[in-house]
Amino acid sequence: MASTSNDNVPQHMNAPENASDELEPGACHDSILNPTDSFEEFASEMSSSLRETCLTTKSSTISEIQSEILETAEDPKLKAAKSSDDLQTKDGSMSASASNSNLIEENGDDTDDDKDYLQSPELVNKEKHVFILSTAGKPIYSRYGNEDKLAGLCGVIQALVSVIEEQNQDILRFINTKDCKAVFLVKGPLILVAVSKSNESETQLVLQLTYAFNQIVSLLTLTQLNRIFEQRRNYDLRRLLAGAERLIDHLLVFMEKDPAFLLGAVRCLPLPEKARENITNAITTTCHKIRDLVFAIMIAGNQLITLVRMKKYTLHPSDIHLLFNLIRSSESFKTAESWTPICLPKFDATGFLHGHVSYISEDCQACLLLLTVQRDAFTTLSQAKHTIAEKMRRANCLVAINNALNRNEELSTTKPLKHIGIPEIRHFMYKCKSTAQLFSSDPISLDRLQDYRLRHKEGGDIVDKKITKLSDIDYVRNYRKFCNQIHCVATPAKLIFRSSSQDTILSWVTNGFELYVTFDPLMEKDHAIKAVDRLLRWIKKEEERIFIMNAPTF
Amino acid sequence: MKVIEAKIVVLGSQGVGKTSLVVRYIGKMFSKHVSPTIGASFFTCNISVENARVKLQVWDTAGQERFRSMAPMYYRNANAALLVFDITSMQSFTAIKGWVKELQSNVPEAMVLSVVGNKSDLESLRAVPYNEATQYAATIGAAYCETSALHDQGIEKVFKNTAISLLQLSSSNLVSSLRSYDSTEEKIPTASTTNDRATHTAKVELPAWSIDSIAHGEPQKNMCC
Repeated sequence: MASTSNDNVPQHMNAPENASDELEPGACHDSILNPTDSFEEFASEMSSSLRETCLTTKSSTISEIQSEILETAEDPKLKAAKSSDDLQTKDGSMSASASNSNLIEENGDDTDDDKDYLQSPELVNKEKHVFILSTAGKPIYSRYGNEDKLAGLCGVIQALVSVIEEQNQDILRFINTKDCKAVFLVKGPLILVAVSKSNESETQLVLQLTYAFNQIVSLLTLTQLNRIFEQRRNYDLRRLLAGAERLIDHLLVFMEKDPAFLLGAVRCLPLPEKARENITNAITTTCHKIRDLVFAIMIAGNQLITLVRMKKYTLHPSDIHLLFNLIRSSESFKTAESWTPICLPKFDATGFLHGHVSYISEDCQACLLLLTVQRDAFTTLSQAKHTIAEKMRRANCLVAINNALNRNEELSTTKPLKHIGIPEIRHFMYKCKSTAQLFSSDPISLDRLQDYRLRHKEGGDIVDKKITKLSDIDYVRNYRKFCNQIHCVATPAKLIFRSSSQDTILSWVTNGFELYVTFDPLMEKDHAIKAVDRLLRWIKKEEERIFIMNAPTF
Repeated sequence: MKVIEAKIVVLGSQGVGKTSLVVRYIGKMFSKHVSPTIGASFFTCNISVENARVKLQVWDTAGQERFRSMAPMYYRNANAALLVFDITSMQSFTAIKGWVKELQSNVPEAMVLSVVGNKSDLESLRAVPYNEATQYAATIGAAYCETSALHDQGIEKVFKNTAISLLQLSSSNLVSSLRSYDSTEEKIPTASTTNDRATHTAKVELPAWSIDSIAHGEPQKNMCC
C-alpha cells in the first residue's frame, strides 16, 4: 500500500509552501549553523576516485582567524602566540611509542584462537559491528569484544580492501549478504567498516562511519593523524586514543537513537523566547571584548541552548554533534573547569581550538563551551564564565533551563502532541532545512540515554521481542527507510504516504523543511494532509521557543 | 598577613590517580569511578602556613598520551609540580623521569618539585621500591611522599610541604612569576553577617570582595631577579 510520488504532489500540498512569502516554520534569514546537507557530502564522498582517498587538507580556518586578529592587534603579546597549536609529535616520543606497539604485536594470538574468538558470545548476534583499523591492517577499535584478538579479522579486511584497490583499481564500498550489510570506508590512513543487520541503508552506515572518523580527527587533528602514519605506517593508534574508545562507543549509540544524526540537524532546548534572549545577551555582553573567542556554545542534554559566534564563521551540525558527544560522555567536566584542545573537523580539521568547558552551576546542568584560538586565554575565559553564570542567575535563566530539562508539564513543548490536539498523530519530527534545526514530538529523555550507556558494552544484541509501546527511538527506526528514499540521489521522492497494519507514515520534503509523521493505521490521505497543515501551523506558532531564530555574533 | 599566589601542575601517567589525589584534597572525597581527565582541570585552594596564606591554582592534567604534547601549555609559568606515579607500576615511575627532564629544560625559573607515589594502599603489589623513589627524588632536589587517595593518607602533607617550600621560594626573591603581597584580611566585609535582605546589587559585588588583591591588597612589585 505504498504510494510514492515524485512530481505529482497534490496541489493543495503545495499550499503552505507557496502560500505567501512567509517562511517555513523555524526558518530565519541568518543561521548559526551551516545547513550543508550531510547527504550531499555523502554523494561527494562516493564520487571520490581512488587516489583521492589520501586526505588533503584545505587551508586552515584557525590560522586565518589568528592572522586576522594579528592584523588588528596592537598587543605584541598576541604576536608571540602565532605559532600553530597543533601537536608536534617529537621524533623521540614516536620511536618510544613504536617500540611499545611492537610489544603488543608480540602478544598477538594464534589464528586458531582467532577463529574461536569470532564465535564467542561477545561478538555473535550483534545488530551492528564497527571496526576501525589502519591501512596497514592494525586494529584500532572494535565496538564489541577485544580488538587485540581481532588481528586476524583486521588482516582479512585489509586484504579485501587492498586487493580491490590494487588489482582492480577500484574501491570496495559494500558487501551485501542475505541479512547483513558490510560497508567499507577508507579515509586517509584508516579503514572503517560497519557490519550491520539493522535496517539502516548503506548511505546511513557510511555517514556513521564518517562520524566515527571525524570523532578521531576531533581528538588528534587530521594533520597529526596523517603525519603519524606518514612517519610510521605500522603505528598503533590505540596509544593516542587511549581513554577515547568510550567517545566512539557513545557516538555509535547516539547515532542509532537520536534523529539528529539521521536528519543532519541539531535539536534545540525549547525555551521561552525571552529566556533565550537573556542567555545570549549574558554571553555577548560579557564576551564582546574577548577578541580571540570564536564560539560560545551553551548546551544541555544534547540540545543547543544558544550559540554566539565570531562574524563570518558558522558551525556545521556534525561538529556540534561531536561536541554534544564529548560533553555527554565526559563526567570529568562536571568536577571542575577544564581547558582542553578540541578539533572541529568541519570547521578546521588541521588544528585545535582551545576550549574552556564548564557547567554553569551545581544546580543547573547547562554546559558552557568557550572556544578560542588563543592558547593562553584560560584566565580571561574563566572570569567571563563566572560573569555569564551570575548574569544568567539574576535573569532567572537557570530556572527556565531547568524547567525545560525536567520537562515541566506546564510547557507546551514538553508534550507537544497533547498540546496540538490531533489524536491521530502518534509521533512527528520536523527539520527546518535552512537552519539545520530539528524538533520532534517525544525527545529522548536524558535518563533513557544514560540507560543505553550502561548496558551498551554488553548489549547491542538482536532481540526479537514484540514492542508494546513505541518510543521516540522506535519511531525514528521506522523513519530510516523513508529518510533514505527521500535522500536517494538517483530518484529522490518528495512525498511518501504509506499505510500498514501497524501505522500510517507520511514523509514530506520541500525546499524549506523535512517532515515525518506517524499516524494511526487507518488514516485517510485527505485527513492526514489536513492534520499536517495544522501541525505545521502549530510549529510556526511555537517556532520562537523550539528553534533558535537568530544568529548572534560577538 | 602575607599572601602568595602560585601555580602548581600535577603531572604523571594515565591512571596513576592524579585527579583522585586532587579531588581528595580539595573536594574531600574519593570516587572509584573517576572518568579520565580531558585536557586539564582547574582547581583553586588556600593553604595557611606560618602566618601566611598560599593560594594555589592547581592544574590537574590528563595523563593520556595524546595530551602529552599539550603539556607545555599547562606547566608554563608553574611554580610547583607534583609528579605522581603509581607504586605498583614501574612504567609510571620511569615516566616521571621524562617529565622532570622536560620541566628542567622548558621551565626557566626555580620550581618546587614533589615526587608522589600514589596507591600506597596496594603495598602487596608494590613494584617501585621505596628507597629507589626516595633516592631519585633526592637527586632532583624534590621531596618524596607516598600517598593513598583511597585512604586519604599523606595527601595533606604533600600540599602542606609544597606550600611551605613555595613560601621559602617567594622569600628568596628568585622567582618573578610567584605573586606575593600583604593582605589585611580582617577588614574584608562578609555578606553573611548582615540582616538586610539580599539585593541584586549585593550579589553583584560579592565576587569582587573576594579578590583581595584588587579590592584590598596592596600588591607588591613583582619580584624580579
